[in-house]
Amino acid sequence: MQFGIFSVSDITTDPTTGKTPTEAERIKNIVTIAKHAEEVGLDVFALGEHHNEPFFSSSPTTTLAYIAARTTTLQLSTATTLITTNDPVKIAEDFAMLQHLADGRVDLTLGRGNTGPVYPWFGKDIRAGIPLAIENYALLHKLWREHTVDWEGKFRTPLQSFTSTPRPLDDVPPFVWHGSIRSPQIAEQAAFYGDGFFANHIFWPASHTQRMVGLYRERYAHYGHGDADQAIVGLGGQVFMRKNSQDAVNEFRPYFDNAPVYGHGPSLEDFTRETPLTVGSPQQVIDRTLEFRDYVGDYQRQLFLMDHAGLPLKTVLEQLDLLGEEVVPVLRKEFAALKPAHVPDAPTHASLVAARTIAKEEVKA
Amino acid sequence: MKQRKLVVISAGLSQPSSTRLLADQLSAAAATAAGKLGVTLDVQVVEVRDLAHEITDHMLTGFPPAVLKQAQDEVAAADGLIVVTPVFSAGYSGLFKSFFDVLDQDTLRDKPVLLAATAGTARHSLVLEHALRPLFAYLRTVPLPTAVFAASDDWGANSVEGPLRARIDRAAAELAREVERREPATVADPFALTESFEDMLKSL
Repeated sequence: MQFGIFSVSDITTDPTTGKTPTEAERIKNIVTIAKHAEEVGLDVFALGEHHNEPFFSSSPTTTLAYIAARTTTLQLSTATTLITTNDPVKIAEDFAMLQHLADGRVDLTLGRGNTGPVYPWFGKDIRAGIPLAIENYALLHKLWREHTVDWEGKFRTPLQSFTSTPRPLDDVPPFVWHGSIRSPQIAEQAAFYGDGFFANHIFWPASHTQRMVGLYRERYAHYGHGDADQAIVGLGGQVFMRKNSQDAVNEFRPYFDNAPVYGHGPSLEDFTRETPLTVGSPQQVIDRTLEFRDYVGDYQRQLFLMDHAGLPLKTVLEQLDLLGEEVVPVLRKEFAALKPAHVPDAPTHASLVAARTIAKEEVKA
Repeated sequence: MKQRKLVVISAGLSQPSSTRLLADQLSAAAATAAGKLGVTLDVQVVEVRDLAHEITDHMLTGFPPAVLKQAQDEVAAADGLIVVTPVFSAGYSGLFKSFFDVLDQDTLRDKPVLLAATAGTARHSLVLEHALRPLFAYLRTVPLPTAVFAASDDWGANSVEGPLRARIDRAAAELAREVERREPATVADPFALTESFEDMLKSL
């Protein structure tokens, strides 16, 4: 099982000091955070994409390429890449490029984006979010698998004899996860292609995640990619830890109360009860995270949101220390002990290359 | 006897409130009228005041806390609704409106709704027609022809069998008839897949 962190790249004032990092500080801090994730033994770093303040990450592959050069084992991913407003041709090119530079340590999570004003800046309409996701991904999927592409669709200019360059590393496209909070169509899309399904899991009650993952697994089996329990599932999560759980609550509360998205709304206690947010000791985080498996089954990737809401860099790095030293080693062991042998790990470039080699040999035989 | 579900949404703020008083009289009259048509009403009351924080949380986070979700599920499963708001600043109260603002689209589609309001004086009575009726038309409900307004005067000692009582009974009878003649409400599953991927590709 893979463990890692994801960042939404918000630039938020620290409510306890009134200090707001500059863009330059926050961007360099993200690199430090990603490097530290590798240092403490995490597997994955995923970065969001936004085209509006207070977020900086408009160009995730640039940031990820830089991180790739500064790390050696860290898997680089996104949270999420906008399949609606980006041109699928540019996604195909950017991520194939990143794949080469990062020696294959790349996958991506596609999302639609829920910020209404962003769509028209890119010539799109949020009301067409689902059709955009369906058509754009169909093209992206084709561009990575066919050398010369003819294409005509509803949302972009037609392509005649187009080749997306560079070609995917070893001719194996990056693994794709599809992210959605509550759209069954996206679970269906992930299942149709045999891709992964990533449940945001942090803004909504667990019951939603359970339904979405259940649908994805059922349809994954329907489309013949394997049994339902072999589908590839990733979950978000959100934690804040200190050795002493009351210290964690006291320290995190001002950040929670003023956070983007849910700040000034429910109390920390309400939100902890209603969503998978866990604020407390490393042991509490371990216990809560193990419970996720009870409602989604054995899953392949767990990412935590650690660096948002104005938390200072020093605190985020301390959180990563706790995650890497005290939480993840236990979770690895516990999840591994529970997982049956026929449930696969999350695909990596190496495993996809190996799977293709086996498939080719089967064809020959 | 047929079994049907009636949900009463009362948005008074004081306890007890005249809004709840009117709501209770309307639901009692509806149960009586339905009984005459061979329908037993299972009545649930939603006091919006009790959900005020949760409604705001829903607006800010995008999902309903558990107790609000339970109330929303009851509303979604209702065969008929009675909605009662106090008049605030020439309209329904903000809290009353907010309860409906956070319902999923089409939750109330085709449900018969008895509209009612309370205020200090009868000068506010057209709030029913210029504010509530358009709102519930927009929500694709079936607002009943008779809407019921009660002012402080109506609660006076000599008016138990007065014009308010007659309006309550007429509106309740209209609600009972609409509930009786409909099939029981069904609730759509928001996570149900309504088309396969092949259909989605084709419909592009």
